[in-house]
Amino acid sequence: MLYKSLSSFPVFEVERDYDKCIVCGCCVQQCTFDATYYLPYAKKVITDEHKCVGCKRCEAMCPTGAIKVRAVTNEFKHNAYWDARTIRDIYKQADQGGVILTGGGNDRRFRVYWDHLLIDACQVTNPSIDPLREPMELRTFLGRKPDALEVEYNEKGEPELKTKIAPNLVAEIPVIFAPMSYGALNLNMHKAMAAAADAMGTYWNTGEGSLHRDLYKYGHCTIVQVASGRFGVSAEYLKVAAAAEIKIGQGAKPGIGGHLPGEKVDEEISKTRMIPVGTDALSPAPHHDIYSIEDLRQLIYAIKEATNYEKPVSVKIAAVHNVAAIASGIARAGADIIVLDGFRGGTGASPAIVRDYVGIPVEIAVAVVDQRLREEGIRNWVSIIAAGGIRNSADVIKAIALGADAVYIGTSALLAVGCTLCHKCYTGRCAWGITTNDPHIAKRLNPDIAAERLINLLKGWAHEMKEMLGLMGINAIESLKGNRLRLRAIGLTKEEMDILGVLPAGEGI
Amino acid sequence: MEPLVIDAKGMHYRELNQIIRDKVAEGYRHFILHNVNGQRYIGAGIMEDVFIEIHGVAGNDLGVFMKRGTIIVYDDAQDGVGNTMEGTKIVVHGMAGDVCGYGMRGGKLHILRDIGYRTGIHMKTYKDMVPVIIVGGKAGDFFGEYMAGGILILLNLWDDDDRPIVGSYLGTGMHGGVMYIRGEVDPHNLGKEVGIKELDEKDFLLLKKLLKEYCEDFKDYGLSVDEIMKSPFTKLVPVSTRPYGKIYAY
Repeated sequence: MLYKSLSSFPVFEVERDYDKCIVCGCCVQQCTFDATYYLPYAKKVITDEHKCVGCKRCEAMCPTGAIKVRAVTNEFKHNAYWDARTIRDIYKQADQGGVILTGGGNDRRFRVYWDHLLIDACQVTNPSIDPLREPMELRTFLGRKPDALEVEYNEKGEPELKTKIAPNLVAEIPVIFAPMSYGALNLNMHKAMAAAADAMGTYWNTGEGSLHRDLYKYGHCTIVQVASGRFGVSAEYLKVAAAAEIKIGQGAKPGIGGHLPGEKVDEEISKTRMIPVGTDALSPAPHHDIYSIEDLRQLIYAIKEATNYEKPVSVKIAAVHNVAAIASGIARAGADIIVLDGFRGGTGASPAIVRDYVGIPVEIAVAVVDQRLREEGIRNWVSIIAAGGIRNSADVIKAIALGADAVYIGTSALLAVGCTLCHKCYTGRCAWGITTNDPHIAKRLNPDIAAERLINLLKGWAHEMKEMLGLMGINAIESLKGNRLRLRAIGLTKEEMDILGVLPAGEGI
Repeated sequence: MEPLVIDAKGMHYRELNQIIRDKVAEGYRHFILHNVNGQRYIGAGIMEDVFIEIHGVAGNDLGVFMKRGTIIVYDDAQDGVGNTMEGTKIVVHGMAGDVCGYGMRGGKLHILRDIGYRTGIHMKTYKDMVPVIIVGGKAGDFFGEYMAGGILILLNLWDDDDRPIVGSYLGTGMHGGVMYIRGEVDPHNLGKEVGIKELDEKDFLLLKKLLKEYCEDFKDYGLSVDEIMKSPFTKLVPVSTRPYGKIYAY
């Protein structure tokens, strides 16, 4: 029988310029996928290309610039329908008969709505504002806002606020580090996100793998997650945090659970998740005590009771077809924040078939949820966080104009510290030291340097966002919220524009 | 300090729990609640070593996220008893509802009579923290689903109806911990991740120790460890600690 092994068709080719190569062995040391090795009899370093994942670590670290890692573009006869990935996946499954895993976010060619939205600017009338010389506010309050404010006058005749204001998070920039668990990431990355969030006056989210003891000092800028596995969830964990988040779903894998394989559960992860070393950490797809909005309400209020109603409670769902009605239910269940995680959101490990074909874009989810909550007169009950594939400050501005209050960034944060999107997070062998808990490789990620890079990223985005607000003649991010008139669509159908609530480019008001 | 007696009649759970939290902060540790009628979240998130006695039916999520202390309910309890609990002991002199002991990683639930569906889901062990649930009556479907650690004991002491001892999908997705069921289990009802094992000397010693405490908690009901132990038990353990390790292609 004719049999094609996977190794016959490598995805990457590694070109080595042997005139430049000094046979220092750096690339052999750096490759965590055992693709590069030294051939003593030839006195050469060579690559086993079928093991190469294209992470470009060797290319980046080579002291003489001798290496180029390139994707193989012509491995099969050109076919616009059966692309190379499809062919290779079928070979792989015929070999092993399993579910194909992947990491990262959906990289398939679906329409990117961000790239069909353009931002307005002021000319002549309603002049633009120069943020370098005039005050410009990015501060964002996340949590329930009152339906109305009541004021009463005290004996001295001074006005005092009578309405009790619900607890809110105060973020100095509407960009928060997305939930990525300790386990999926290593402690160095958690340290970096916590320190960067603290320095920038924003928040980071633990993900569902609990909070390491060393990071309890960052509680004031930490959102802690409660997922179906309830790993490391305790009264203390809830009390130390700024807010708690119930994870119902994840944009990269809506409707399915999480699974941290036992070999990744080392001593420190075991301590943090409070499970024995080496056991699988299974997060079932549903919370088995949540089968309805009423059940969700029960968990929301359990957390509120346990934290004395002092902290906002967030509920995170994957953006799915009926997202507007679900979000309305979540708002009515008593959540203070709703996170909508779009289908471009990343994952540490997910079946590729789910990551690639389940869910909807966050742009659409934010627009329909904001619209629905406004129509029902309950938009002020909750804040909306848009998550899943926010790539730059323009995406943030567009998300807020479509109706979000703030955004989560996951993939962007990982890119900032060295990720090259090779999507091999699920192997635990990340050569950049980000999604690995191998202590030797994890040391490649210096938490202080990583924190500095995350701070730089947020500072850059903050400057850009202020510029964009200024050019629209707006001096506070609050004034942009749900202001879809400041967006115009290009290249979208009438139905798409109706759903997004934006006018076509060229149409004035 | 003297016990604090609270009449919960007609009180919203929020008011009742606020009083308990405030009084715990003042230093009270012993609470006696009367006329409890389904108020939820009693004891939620309390980290102090409290002793709460409840007269009446305790509402959903009794003892949720609690770290230590003891709760005694002199009646039935509703759903979610001991949800994500860390170390409290809860004794219920009656029945308890669905999803009790979800994600529980320490402490004990002693239930005198029947328990509902989905008991002990995702219970887990960590070092010396071993959660224990002992049910005197029968249990519904999905008993010990996704169980990752701890001990579940089902006694069927009363056998006062035609239902089987335990429902279907017993231990589905179980990957840790152990269950002891007094009586026979229809293999048809077993989840596919569970296997039946013979009890050994260690199991009997463990059962004896745990049941002794259980019988003491319910001493007014004339329970005897020796009587209970006379009937054979079925021991259930996971077939693998990695039930889903082989479904992926790399």
